[in-house]
Amino acid sequence: MPKLTVNGKEIEVPAGTNLIEAARTAGVEVPHYCYHPGLSIAGQCRLCMVDIDKVPRPQIACNTVVAEGMVVETETPRVKDTRRSMMEFHLINHPLDCPVCDQAGECWLQIYYMKHGLYDPRMTDEKVHKPKAVPLGPHVILDAERCILCSRCVRFCDEITGTGELGIFQRGDHSEIGLFPGTALENAYSGNVIDICPVGALTDRDFRFQVRVWYLDTTKSICNGCARGCNIEIHTNKHRTHHNQGKRVARLKPRFNAEVNQWWLCDAGRYGFRWIDDDSRLTAPSIRTDGQMVETTWDDALGALAAALGRYRPEEIGVLASPQMSNEDLWALRRLLDGLGVVNRDFAVPPREPGEDDKLLIRADKNPNTRGATLLGLAPGAGGLDAGGILDAAAQKKVKCLWVLHHDLTASGFAAARVTAALEGAEIVVFQGTTASLTSARAALVLPSAAYAETDGTFTNFQGRVQRFRAAMPPLGEAEADWRVFGRLRARLPRVAADSALGAERPEQVFAALAAAVPAFTGLSYRTLGDTGQMVKA
Amino acid sequence: MAEKILTKNFDLRDSHTLRVYREAGGYRAWDKARGMEPAAITEEVKKSNLRGLGGAGFPTGVKWGFIPKGSTAPKYLVVNADEGEPGTFKDRYILERDPHALIEGMLIAARAIDSRVGFVYIRGEYVQPWRIFSAAVKEAYDAGLLGAAVPGGGFDIVIHRGAGAYICGEETGLISSLEGKKGWPKLKPPFPAIKGAFGQPTIVNNVETLVCLPHILTRGAEWFAGLGTKTQGGTRLYSVSGHVVRPGVVEAPVSVTLRQLIYEHCGGIRGGRALKAVVPGGASAAILTPDEIDIPMDVDGPKSKGSMIGSAGVIVMDDTVSIPDALMVVARFYAHESCGQCTPCRESTGWIYKMSHRIVEGKGRKEDLDNILDVAKRGAGTTICAFYDGAVGPYISYIEKFRDEFEALIRSGAHA
Repeated sequence: MPKLTVNGKEIEVPAGTNLIEAARTAGVEVPHYCYHPGLSIAGQCRLCMVDIDKVPRPQIACNTVVAEGMVVETETPRVKDTRRSMMEFHLINHPLDCPVCDQAGECWLQIYYMKHGLYDPRMTDEKVHKPKAVPLGPHVILDAERCILCSRCVRFCDEITGTGELGIFQRGDHSEIGLFPGTALENAYSGNVIDICPVGALTDRDFRFQVRVWYLDTTKSICNGCARGCNIEIHTNKHRTHHNQGKRVARLKPRFNAEVNQWWLCDAGRYGFRWIDDDSRLTAPSIRTDGQMVETTWDDALGALAAALGRYRPEEIGVLASPQMSNEDLWALRRLLDGLGVVNRDFAVPPREPGEDDKLLIRADKNPNTRGATLLGLAPGAGGLDAGGILDAAAQKKVKCLWVLHHDLTASGFAAARVTAALEGAEIVVFQGTTASLTSARAALVLPSAAYAETDGTFTNFQGRVQRFRAAMPPLGEAEADWRVFGRLRARLPRVAADSALGAERPEQVFAALAAAVPAFTGLSYRTLGDTGQMVKA
Repeated sequence: MAEKILTKNFDLRDSHTLRVYREAGGYRAWDKARGMEPAAITEEVKKSNLRGLGGAGFPTGVKWGFIPKGSTAPKYLVVNADEGEPGTFKDRYILERDPHALIEGMLIAARAIDSRVGFVYIRGEYVQPWRIFSAAVKEAYDAGLLGAAVPGGGFDIVIHRGAGAYICGEETGLISSLEGKKGWPKLKPPFPAIKGAFGQPTIVNNVETLVCLPHILTRGAEWFAGLGTKTQGGTRLYSVSGHVVRPGVVEAPVSVTLRQLIYEHCGGIRGGRALKAVVPGGASAAILTPDEIDIPMDVDGPKSKGSMIGSAGVIVMDDTVSIPDALMVVARFYAHESCGQCTPCRESTGWIYKMSHRIVEGKGRKEDLDNILDVAKRGAGTTICAFYDGAVGPYISYIEKFRDEFEALIRSGAHA
């Protein structure tokens, strides 16, 4: 591995590394616009100039590969002066409309001008005018005047999605990003161009004008949209609650994970967060009284559920867990069901529309924790019924207590008549989940769950990577994390022995309990998982 | 008058035909080259001191030597016939009047670099040259000079017409365009000799450069080198335009002085007027004043005055010319032709045009001149290709050498 010096600091990096990445390992940021580690080198913005020993002129760091003994300086007077010039060139035709630009606050023109520009503007002539507020597709809108023509979006569509909708048209300072005739930017990953656009040229039709970005809080999380488990940030609006139409979650952004999603996130995941703040969220336990659902206290609701579980023999109880639940939820449930001796349990409910894996991120399985549910033993116990069997047994009145977690069976791949027969056949249907549905509407007891964004936990993705997500905000209303509900329930069930998972006060304690009990998770803890997760043992 | 070499067939009747070219001794150099080792051809060209005649003046044999030794990849010979440098029209004469000389030159070069396919990228506006050259290529195929019969695996010529962008005359912009992409110059490294057209080792040579090859092979490298100066061999074609008595293409040894070109070859300034300024090497070369014309017109002469020989397009201006007007015209050209890829060039060519236009309109401000100079210097040397450096030549030299004229115009708001 070549050794080189960056700003006096000696570093050793793999051969073939460019100077931007090499400098990064030395803790030095080389400002740049067009370079993106996930895309080909364009060398267009000319901002990343650095001085290299024995080279007469500053060179672009993005297209210069490290060499043994190279001496690189990023802060010489000449480099700083060049950088200031490049900032001026980038901004002479820019509209400087920050006060009305949605990118303000996270715009690299603003950041680098304050850091590296700070010249007195000299451009007094009429600027070049270009198209503004042009929708490129369902999610992305273009302001060509703000564009610095870094071509990241073009390269993304050429190299990552292979869809090639975008090009740079015209020449010179009339150059502009645009769609090829007859196309729209509607590929499954179109939102990523908004993330990689360093300026306010491409903004999010969904997010723009909802809330200023400096009011947002950021929480590390995991997308729950499919089995990939893309690493994300949840951006929440808590300080200006009258903004963002009163909703807490403002947007989701991808978070880099080399092993899972690199820099990217699909549009289905990116825009699939509405339900978290939707009016359909269940916010209080309710119980059917005289044919009407009536809100009740957790104490009464748990009392009713404990009574039902105590009333029936284990084989008369059927439980449909969900691969939408965290490892912690699932393990606590598993311990509870084992304590009760319930073997009629399953988590796999077929979807109505079969999904499809694509070549990039999207997985056919739309559940974030199928692998976890499998490893944690939520499949039918010895001699137990699977999901379909549980429904049929309920219809035949063999299963009398049907406890459904999160699934809307009426929107599943099970035939409507089969579901109806089960929901009508069971003596008591309990629904526990985040969101009201036709299934919850038929339950006699409804328990509100916290959304993944409202609680700490882990999912195990299809690769077997266990990844942490964190609470971005408290649960809505009286909703509660499932694992905590199971613990409180156990306290009311003398049959079920105390247990470290069911007695936990914090989710990492549940995780510690499952790591101690399930070989695949041996040695894992919240601390070792870190921000990017760890693989389960094969 | 010195011996005509590159132009010796120009005035023959039907000089564009294979018959006349052969009668004048054509394709004998190729007969000789066929019997030579490729390395020996390259060596001969190196010894001849032939320098690229498209603009950059790079030694041709050295360029060929950059093709990776022993590479089994297909190698491409690309002919730059996109002659777009304002004030340059010599390649047009070759394509129209001596197309077989180019074909013969290509055959020789292709043998030297082991190429089986040559692309000829012809400027889109060159309709007549394209027709004539295409007919010559057909004649050559019919005569078995091209195609499978060429020793060493055959040699084919593919003609590609440009679509009118100046930047497609830049070596790698041309390659992008040839590949069917937008004519954007490519990042270097990799250089075309390593990874050029369609990702393969590629040599791009100018039309006139290749036309020198038959003469070098038949009459020897020493003879060719002896025609020129210490660092550049041969004669070359000077495109002389503007206010001379006899404008046109002039062939002269590269040791000819600019004064000789203007006053001897072209009959001096029209109407006996005074010379005000002259651009020695196409629009991208820095302008020279009348006291700077006693220089040899090889690669080194204009360089000694801070200019360049470029494509040897000599633009002569007499005392009727307004230099601020001339700057506005070239600035408009560069603003129009900048490909838009690199930020400094894309943004400042337009800005400088706006400033220069405002000055000519009588709305100049006293800070404009220093702003143009500063912007030009800040962008110089920071871009992917040499386009912007070419624009900087006129921006700076026009103002620095004729500052009084600009300042008078800005002060009065009107031309004197």
